[in-house]
Order: sequence, then C-alpha cells, then structure tokens
Amino acid sequence: MILGFVEHESGVPEETSLEMLTMARELATDEEAVLCAVVFGDEGAALKDELGPYGIEEIHHVTHDRLEGYAPEGWGESVAQLVSDLGASTVAAAGTDRGHEVLAHAGATLDAPMATNCVDVTGAGESYEVRRDRWGGSLVEHARLEGETKLVTAAEHEYPIEEAASTTEPTVNEFTPSLEDAHLRVRVERVETADEEGIPLGEARVVVGGGRGVGGPEDYDKLEELADLLGGTVGASRAAINEGWRPHDDQIGLTGAQISPDIYIACGISGAVQHMVGCKGADKILAINTDSEAAIVQKADYAVIGDLHEVVPELTDAIREVT
Amino acid sequence: MNVLACIKRVPNTGAKIVLTDDNQRIDTSNLGFTMSPHEECAVEEAIQQVETHGGSTHVLTLGPEEATEQLRTGLAMRADEATLLETDGEEWGPRETASAIATAIRDLPEDDAEFDLLLFGNESADMANYQVGVRVATELDLPCVTGIKSLEVEDGVATAKREIGGGEEVYEIDLPAVVSVKEGINEPRYASMRAKMQARRQEVGRLEPDRTEAPGTFEKTRLEAPEADDSDAMVLGEGTDAVPEIVELLESEIEVL
Ligand SMILES: Cc1cc2nc3c(=O)[nH]c(=O)nc-3n(C[C@H](O)[C@H](O)[C@H](O)COP(=O)(O)OP(=O)(O)OC[C@H]3O[C@@H](n4cnc5c(N)ncnc54)[C@H](O)[C@@H]3O)c2cc1C
Ligand SMILES: Nc1ncnc2c1ncn2[C@@H]1O[C@H](COP(=O)(O)O)[C@@H](O)[C@H]1O
Repeated sequence: MILGFVEHESGVPEETSLEMLTMARELATDEEAVLCAVVFGDEGAALKDELGPYGIEEIHHVTHDRLEGYAPEGWGESVAQLVSDLGASTVAAAGTDRGHEVLAHAGATLDAPMATNCVDVTGAGESYEVRRDRWGGSLVEHARLEGETKLVTAAEHEYPIEEAASTTEPTVNEFTPSLEDAHLRVRVERVETADEEGIPLGEARVVVGGGRGVGGPEDYDKLEELADLLGGTVGASRAAINEGWRPHDDQIGLTGAQISPDIYIACGISGAVQHMVGCKGADKILAINTDSEAAIVQKADYAVIGDLHEVVPELTDAIREVT
Repeated sequence: MNVLACIKRVPNTGAKIVLTDDNQRIDTSNLGFTMSPHEECAVEEAIQQVETHGGSTHVLTLGPEEATEQLRTGLAMRADEATLLETDGEEWGPRETASAIATAIRDLPEDDAEFDLLLFGNESADMANYQVGVRVATELDLPCVTGIKSLEVEDGVATAKREIGGGEEVYEIDLPAVVSVKEGINEPRYASMRAKMQARRQEVGRLEPDRTEAPGTFEKTRLEAPEADDSDAMVLGEGTDAVPEIVELLESEIEVL
C-alpha cells in the first residue's frame, strides 16, 4: 500500500499535495498497490469528494482528542503507527515545510530511509530508483531507496496535477493513534498574522533585483522607483543582504524566496547557481550588468551591458514618458 | 545555558556546477568551501543566546579533516568549543550522520553540563535531506521543531516562530530541545581579523564516529548536472543607448506597461 500525506486547508487539498499524489499514483500503479491518503484536522473527512478524482481508495482520518492543531511529533508518530497498522510500503508527502517535518518524524520513529525532493521515483516492492533535487535543482542525484518502509517527498512544482483514469469512491476510516505526553511536547500554540505591506516577492509579476553591483543601500531607491512604476517589487542577492543593504525577506535564491514573475530585471547580480535557482520560475530575465562575461548574461534572455546607476534612472524616466 | 550548533562543510559552488569524471561528486578543484547559510545563522543564534543567558557554545561537524576550517569559522565568530567527528571524506547519509551526532552529543559535555539547546540548519546546502536534526532529536528523546526564524528563551522555555503564508506559527518548547533554523533568523557577524587569528590556534576536539548500519538504505548512485540553457542572452545594447529597446521589450513582449 502507498500512503500519501495530504495537506489541506479546511477540506480543500493543497496543490502541492495533489502534485505528490501524481507521484504516489504512478508508484501504486506500477506495484499494483492500493493508494491511500492520511489526513489530519476536523475537516479531514470532507476530503472524501475531493480525493476521488485522484484515485484514492481509502482515506485514513487521524482523530485524537489531544491533536487539535498542528503538532509535528504527534503527527509524525500517528503516521508511523498507521504505517505499521496498515503495513504500508511507502509514505509520500509534498516537499513542503510540513511534508518534510512530518515525514522526518515518521522516518525517525520507524527508523526508515527517506528521500526528499524527488523528481522521479520508479520501481516496485522494496527497491526504488529515485532522482532527487540537490542545490535547488541545479544538481540531480540518482539514488537507490530500499526498505520495508520507504519515505519520499515530491519536489514542489515538478509533478503535474493529474486526475486518475477512473474516479474512486474513497472510504473514510477514522484512526485514533495512541499518543503519550512526549508526542505532544511541540505544537502550534497560536498563529500570528503578519501585516502585509507591498506585493510579496513570490507573487509579484515584475521583480527588480539588486546585487552587490548596486553598491550601497541608498541606490536601491532607484530600483524601488522602477519597480513601483511597473507594479512590481524589489528583491536582492545574498551578497547585498550580507552587506546589510536590504532585509533578508528580500533575498531571492536557494535560502531565500522563489519568484515567478513575467519578468525579472537583475541589476548588478553575477548569476551564482544559488541565486538563479530562486528565479527558475521567471518567464523572462533581463540582466543589467557592466560585465558582458558575467554568468547571468548567459542565463538571462535579454541583457544590457552597462552601469545600472545610469541605465535604471534613464529607463525609469523613459517609462514615465510613455505611460 | 549551553548551546550546540551543528554545521556541515559544503563546496561554495559558483556559476556552474561541474562534476568529477565518475559523476560521484562536485569537482571542487577550483572551489572554496563554506557552511550553509542556515547553519551560519545557527552558530550566530547560539552565540547570541549565550551572550544573553550566559553559558557556553559548541560547534560540531561530521566530515573530513578539512572541515576544521568551518569549525574555525565558528570559533572566529566566538563560539567557545569545537568538535570534529572525523570521516574519511566519504559522503555519509542522513541516518548515519544523525546517529553519529547523537552519540557524540551524549558523550560530549565533559563537565556534565548538558546542552540546553541544540541548533541545526533547516536543511543542508548540498543534500537538503531535511531530517538530520529530527533524527538526532528522536534518538535523544528531545522535543524538536524545524524551520524556525525567530527564537527567544526565557525560564527554560523557548518561544520559536515559523513563517507560514500570511503569518507565523508560534511554538513553545521546554528546553532541552532541538531547533532547526532558517537564514534570516539573525544577521551572522563577521569575524574580526584578530578573532580569525585566535581561532587558528584554538583546540579542536576530535572523535571517531561509528558508521552504523540501519535497516533499509538510501544510497547515491551518481550525480547529474542538468544541462543549463547556456545560449547567450539577446543583448539589447550598451549603457543608456539600450533604454528604448528595454521600453519596447516591456511594452510589446512582456506587456507590463
Ligand atoms: C549554500 C549557499 C546558499 C546561497 N544562497 C543564496 C541565495 O539564496 N541567494 C543568493 O543571491 N545568493 C546565495 N548564495 C550566494 C551566492 O553564491 C553568491 O555569492 C551571491 O549570489 C552573489 O551575489 P551578487 O551577484 O550580488 O554579487 P557578485 O557575485 O559580487 O556580483 C556582482 C555583479 O555586479 C556587477 N556589477 C558591478 N557593478 C555594477 C554596476 N555599476 N552596474 C551593473 N553591474 C555591476 C558585476 O559585474 C557582477 O556581475 C548562496 C551561497 C551558498 C554557498
Ligand atoms: N555532516 C554533518 N555534520 C554536522 N551537522 C550536519 C551534518 N549534516 C547535516 N548536519 C546538520 O543537519 C542539518 C540538516 O541536514 P540535512 O538533513 O542533510 O538537510 C544541517 O543544516 C546541519 O545543521
């Protein structure tokens, strides 16, 4: 049996979880195994109608009077107990914060091997061949994953969301794990909402990025002006953040934000691997750089060879004229 | 309060990743090494917590002899002690790594002062297994939370926050605990020249870790560097002469004007 950990918001499955089900269903088909889902939360049972199109045959709804909110260890322990109960051969989750955390706990409890951020998983029984992302996808690892129980997470946005050939009528089984105090040591006490200002980097249609070439905190004003005019937002490289020119929230890349704008205008950024994995989602990249040999010039779609301090203000003026 | 930070030596990859001929590792002949940004923040967090609450900081790594370079970076940031779990340079998987680190943590504090806080990066830069910290916590039967971007300790309780879409989840955890952090939790300090010189002379403890066999395997067969699109960009022009072309591009191609 293949068990997918499905994250949901009030009974509506997350897209990343549906992507993961594409991976899990391929495995279930190859192994002729039953595809099941494990869900948490009050509205878990509401997923019955939502998950039928994806070929889920059984939904295991974890309920426990001490599992009100999210509790990483409690959830991981519940998944581990369910795996033992059902004799599941594989547990899959989306490669999200929660997916990784819950599966890591389950894997630690079961002492089972776990492969994260997979982009391809094939095989049957106790042995899988996996391909997984490293360095944000700039490197792919081929690996063997073997064991009675195997844990896999699907890299985000690598698998398409696909419905199954035929819709199922999942049964909903309530599962009550036996939990001890120790499993509930860590849980969400409360959620604090942030007051959003401006457009979040991840959602902006236009991103103007500034790197070490900007030269200091003041000159980001020029980038801000341009971004404002284009209805976009400003991002930065890690070098600029380390200099203290911008807050960390602005960082694009491996250890920062992933962006997916229509256009990313990268100013004074050299194009390091760790920066570029953050802008894989950009439709087009325009680089403004003094160095025609900079790596970003190869990686961008368009380039202007020149000093950003001259080009950006001129560009801003020119746009003002046409709009 | 005694705080441990676990760090890992990784190549500082540049504009393009080049592999060795056998496709087993990154060709590092022209590369420097570093620790992951998440882990640099773990070291900084350890030092800041000890500056606030008193106690001692310890940095630990499992890796080859050369990884003392990263430990010394931690010492130069003003960590008090450092320990190397020396390997022969082979890549260790996350389960073996966690098991060796857990064993070392049990053995480490010499004066019976246990660690109150064990800090990890959320994921390692080179492997991103997202699990070493959690597995260490399970082996030591400690509470654990991952992906933390704000941490405050008061009266033996850590208040930790994790970013989620539109806000933050708040956790309250009794110490001792394992916390894995993300870059952005703090701004790591630059070590002064003097601190770097001193760190070079500081002693680094060494332990020989056991590579334990666990049921089931997760084993690399080879690496692959996907073909990047290296076709040159269309050069719109030089300097401000290119401005009309950029405007044209934004207007008719990208349609954002
Ligand atoms: C594990 C790890 C994770 C990392 N994660 C990230 C990450 O998430 N995000 C990230 O950005 N980096 C990350 N890095 C750092 C990354 O490797 C690079 O060091 C960083 O991206 C370089 O920033 P930069 O391009 O601004 O600076 P530089 O590499 O110094 O490049 C500056 C560029 O500006 C150009 N320039 C200079 N003056 C001008 C001018 N007047 N006009 C126009 N152009 C000019 C130069 O030609 C050069 O190309 C990470 C590194 C590691 C090891
Ligand atoms: N070889 C190692 N030595 C010390 N700490 C490590 C090592 N590998 C991983 N870690 C720690 O565990 C975290 C998570 O690693 P990973 O599970 O590989 O993503 C890292 O950010 C480090 O803090």
